[in-house]
Amino acid sequence: MKTRYTYGGDEHIYIEMDDEMSLDAFFKSLSMSNAVRDANIDGITEICPANASFQVRFDPDVIAPDALMARIQELEHKAEDAEKRLSTRIIEIPVYYQDPWTHETLMRFRERHQDPSGTDLDYAAQINGFDSAEAFIEAHHSQPWFVSMVGFVAGLPFLYQLVEREKQLEVPKYLRPRTDTPKLTVGYGGCFSCIYSVRGAGGYQMFGITPMPIYDPEQEVSYLKDFMVFFKPGDIVKWKPIDRAEYDRVVAEVEAGTYAPRIAEVEFDLEAFNADMTGTNAKLLEALNDA
Amino acid sequence: MTLKIINPGLSTSIQDLGRPGYFHLGIPIGGAMDRFALRAANMLVGTPEDAAGLEAVFMGPELEFTAPVTVAITGADLPILLDGEEQPGWTAFDVKAGQTLSFGFLKAGARAYIAVSGGIDTPPALGSRSTYPIGALGGVEGRPIAAGDEIPVGQGAGGKAGASVPWNLRRGPGKPTHLRVLPGLYWHRITDASGQNFFDDDWSVAPEADRMGYRFKGGRPLEFVEREQPFGAGSDPSNIVDGCYSYGSIQVPGGTEPIVLHRDAVSGGGYFTLGAIVSADMDLIGQLQPHMPVKFEKVDMAGALAARKDRQTMLQAVRDALS
Repeated sequence: MKTRYTYGGDEHIYIEMDDEMSLDAFFKSLSMSNAVRDANIDGITEICPANASFQVRFDPDVIAPDALMARIQELEHKAEDAEKRLSTRIIEIPVYYQDPWTHETLMRFRERHQDPSGTDLDYAAQINGFDSAEAFIEAHHSQPWFVSMVGFVAGLPFLYQLVEREKQLEVPKYLRPRTDTPKLTVGYGGCFSCIYSVRGAGGYQMFGITPMPIYDPEQEVSYLKDFMVFFKPGDIVKWKPIDRAEYDRVVAEVEAGTYAPRIAEVEFDLEAFNADMTGTNAKLLEALNDA
Repeated sequence: MTLKIINPGLSTSIQDLGRPGYFHLGIPIGGAMDRFALRAANMLVGTPEDAAGLEAVFMGPELEFTAPVTVAITGADLPILLDGEEQPGWTAFDVKAGQTLSFGFLKAGARAYIAVSGGIDTPPALGSRSTYPIGALGGVEGRPIAAGDEIPVGQGAGGKAGASVPWNLRRGPGKPTHLRVLPGLYWHRITDASGQNFFDDDWSVAPEADRMGYRFKGGRPLEFVEREQPFGAGSDPSNIVDGCYSYGSIQVPGGTEPIVLHRDAVSGGGYFTLGAIVSADMDLIGQLQPHMPVKFEKVDMAGALAARKDRQTMLQAVRDALS
């Protein structure tokens, strides 16, 4: 893992921890972006953490680009020394896999897909060596996920699964992006899952839909009254498969303002996780079940 | 006082200087594509430079004023008609209650800015009135203006009718328009020869050009430095592990058509970027029409900062001329 520093025009510095995805790169990126934030450097206007990199936006009238670059580079050792431990939360997100809405959409854009003869889930199952879509779905929801980045459009989380690399699920994006994706679609591209926070264009494979809104500019949804965006990097997610009846029930509860996502406060320690993934995940899920 | 929208034009939206601070959540800064033009329009009508105005793309709206105000229109050369009588651009003029503002056909540029004394006074969202339709934020209920809207205008003293931005301080696109680029980000992904071609080739604006990004076509496809794709990046050589995008960054999906991300940029994604348009030239992109010729011009950081300084000097000259 070698850190790469570069400029994005005269207003951005881009720091890439590694060119491949790993939890180590994600943790280092998160620690270093926190170290930059804590340093309170005059002239920095925004810090955006991503999966294995982060970006700093700055005002070059306040701080010279090379001076800021030097300050950020000095902070790298802090990120290396930082404890790879995170106080965060685990959230249960209900998912209605193989729902009628993403199914209608994926059929509508079939000619843009690698395999026009099946569904996105059939294709994902096949290329990842599963016997059936059901077996793939099981692998998708049985182990938890890290929110490694929030972005693309308003409030959209990218998620990375907490499993060994050989168990990571990988799928390509659509050959040509769709012009439409239902709101709250659970998607997949590369090694990342995502939830489309709003309706719109998209290139990720579509697996299902959640009834739980994650972005609400009106701030009317009960758990989005404090802020319109639900997710932040470092959140842990457990998908919970649900059927149509439960989907309808959650939609009605959200509408009535009575729906409360199941959430537990947890500690995540990267070294403990690397030493015992099964055990660490079991503890995370236990905390969630107790919530 | 309100502006009654009779006809919204093609896509007219309320914009100010944007909402910084939420890009890490995927909410872009937004605001006027051509900030110089909006600032100048606001100066002409005596409102703060960061007040909200209307940004009209290719076609002007038709609207009626319910009270007397001072108005100024800058940016694209769109013939300005007040009750059918032509008015000068980049110049403040008085409007009486009940008068109607409309526009002729676009002559040059792409976006006109309509500033009103007092500024547009719709409710701000996350600190800005700028319209971001994807996230349903700002503007009128999170969308561009529509026929029948009555848009509130704030109280303001108003500028001096007849005040005008001097000719030499009105900036528009050239033929071709030169857009300066600072190579960086994932520049190392393309071969040296491809990098040279990118700056040598003649490009033109593709039809897909909006507030999120401008696409360009006509140049040779890029060749990538061979590598085994890193885990998580995806199989296409133009793919990277999804990262943040800079405003002005240039992505080239599949190596064919460059896309420059603009004010309503997506905040990140999985395409490599070869560098970014310098901050000083972002306004110019907002005035480009589809099919217009463009050259990308390589600069270093010193060049980017010198260009930025030039823009600031020019803006100060407008302030001085109008004070």
